[in-house]
Amino acid sequence: MNEFIEFFSFADANIRFVTVGSVLLATSSAVVGCFTLLRKRALVGDAVAHAVLPGVCLAFMLSGTKNPFILLLGAFVTGWLSLITIDFITSRSRIKEDTAIALVLSVFFGIGILLLTAIQHSGNAAQSGLDKFLFGKAASLVGEDLIAFSMVAVLLLVTTILFYKELAMLCFDKAYAKTIGYPVRGLELLLTTLTVFAVVVGIQAVGVVLMAAMLITPAAAARFWTDKLSLMLVLAALIGAFSGVSGAYVSYTAPAMPTGPWIVLIVSMIAILSFAFAPGKGWVSRLLRQRRNKTLILEENLLKLLYHLGEEKQDFQTSYSLQQILEKRAIPKKQVSAGLSKLRKQGYIEKTPAGWQLTLQGQRRGERVVRLHRLWELYLTQYLQLASDHVHEDAETIEHIITPELEQRLMEELGYPVLDPHSARIP
Amino acid sequence: MNAFWIILTGSLVATCCSLLGCYLILRRMAMVGDAISHAVLPGIVIAFLLTGSRDSVPMLIGAGLLGVLTTFLIEFFHRYARVQADASIGVTFTWLFAIGIILISVYAGQVDLDQDCVLYGEIAYVPLDLWITEEGLSLGPRTVWTLAVVTLLIILYIVLGYKELFLTTFDPAYAAAIGISTSVWYYSLMTAVSITTVASFESVGAILVVAFLVAPAATAYLLTDNFKTMLLLSVLAGILASVAGYYLAVWIDGSIAGAIATVTGIEFMLAFLFSPSRGILIRKKQLQPVQH
Repeated sequence: MNEFIEFFSFADANIRFVTVGSVLLATSSAVVGCFTLLRKRALVGDAVAHAVLPGVCLAFMLSGTKNPFILLLGAFVTGWLSLITIDFITSRSRIKEDTAIALVLSVFFGIGILLLTAIQHSGNAAQSGLDKFLFGKAASLVGEDLIAFSMVAVLLLVTTILFYKELAMLCFDKAYAKTIGYPVRGLELLLTTLTVFAVVVGIQAVGVVLMAAMLITPAAAARFWTDKLSLMLVLAALIGAFSGVSGAYVSYTAPAMPTGPWIVLIVSMIAILSFAFAPGKGWVSRLLRQRRNKTLILEENLLKLLYHLGEEKQDFQTSYSLQQILEKRAIPKKQVSAGLSKLRKQGYIEKTPAGWQLTLQGQRRGERVVRLHRLWELYLTQYLQLASDHVHEDAETIEHIITPELEQRLMEELGYPVLDPHSARIP
Repeated sequence: MNAFWIILTGSLVATCCSLLGCYLILRRMAMVGDAISHAVLPGIVIAFLLTGSRDSVPMLIGAGLLGVLTTFLIEFFHRYARVQADASIGVTFTWLFAIGIILISVYAGQVDLDQDCVLYGEIAYVPLDLWITEEGLSLGPRTVWTLAVVTLLIILYIVLGYKELFLTTFDPAYAAAIGISTSVWYYSLMTAVSITTVASFESVGAILVVAFLVAPAATAYLLTDNFKTMLLLSVLAGILASVAGYYLAVWIDGSIAGAIATVTGIEFMLAFLFSPSRGILIRKKQLQPVQH
């Protein structure tokens, strides 16, 4: 607990630096990641992350220094080149995009490893620390490096905000953006450049392999909570920032622990929880919705069935046994019993000694379902010219969906009809 | 002699990876191969912690299970939670890889693995770890034996399941119609990829596995339209890269795995530019307008 307070009071200048650094890195890559995710090019970031390595090595070999700006420049050049190569391969041959990404990723990285090991074996004393680019070390971000990377991160955030409208247009409707005269090619280039920058700075925190997570995971998590782009960007940035702070905290309490993997682990847990439990889009709420719809359909089908039985007898006040109900329509017995007892609780049917009987309320609801079914059949035959023996299946589905407003419209369109295409009366 | 063992190791890895790679790139699953090659890490670490040794069999089993789990998770996120396909791959493999690295650091004293080894392996050490029988007879490097067995298994798998794999790759709907289970072959292919990955892991590292899975197959894909020829060509390209890569590494004194990956890239570039049927330089000539 003491450590917790000590850390979050930010009294130590070192803690302040590391925290600010990791938050900026995580936020900027999360924001840029939203756009690449929406363009369905999430994995491209992975390729860039790997392709940065040869650039760093080349920059070091040519300049002989570890000046962060020169290394960043080298990283930027090869990162950018990798994206161009992917585009070139996919557009000029029959190689698919996923193959091109994997190819560029592994070959660029292979070249990088070759150069890195060659530098290490050359005995140049200045080379130590170059492999920081491989595995990342947020905690070692101090002084000059931190200032350089934070500047890039801030620049990224500002650019994204400035070009928000244009980038949004590019993600959602490229063709339209082109029509109204946006420089689409230029915008694509801008997004590519932003991605490369985000990767180049983010790699410092988490390393080559896990960089993909910093771009993809916060965006994928945020996507589950909202349909609004601006909100999604803010959420992704918050998720990124939270994981950045947690990463800095872990590296403070357990210096032997690798920070990057903890950042990624935390952000992944947030994402997986979002996939499962986000309201509306999450897996659980989708399952619940499916179950609700299923019960609704079962209940309405049962009411409709009892109504049909009543229609045949011209009397809705008769009771029917479970056996009679099962004979009318093949629904599993277990479901029927469950559905019937639920309907009784809602007051749509009553249990009598002879079986089950519709209440007045139930009769009305059953009547409505039958009416919608027949109206829809009539609509299909009249307006879509479908044969009357083809319309039942469709009506069977739509009868549960039609709203009262739509029902009114149907009645008006069809001129308050009396008979359906099978000459049954529309109640 | 060392050069021979290293090149042989490289060629064995090249053979099994390129063969499987042909199926992966045709199924548009190249990135799934990449994901598996990273995500098996926790499986290796857990197998190591449970058995306390670098024995190959538990590691192969652990990683095989993790590989299948990875593909399952990717499918699950995509199909049931409706996560975009590429995002689902990205989230899954980085998550598992992060867990693997954390496990390594938590049990740092007990696990004889490190991140460098995971990423780019140490093929140069292969000849050092010899398999010596009780009579003192040296049978050559241990890794070579493991890889030879795995390569044989993969070849056997492809020969025996050739028709099924072919059909489920090119026409899954027809395959399903004539009663071939697409998911059985899908998951068995993924298991094969994971086992290959792990067997190759120690010696060549994850990144060369990805290079071998994708580059030779993609090179062959640009050279032929016949699937059997493609399988053969990809193996040839892989073996050639192992030989050339070894000498490149010796020449500039760098990582052998890195050099081999570089050569696979050069091979692809050559095919991309000069393939008789599809090279972009060759095609340009064919497309030139007829002179009147």
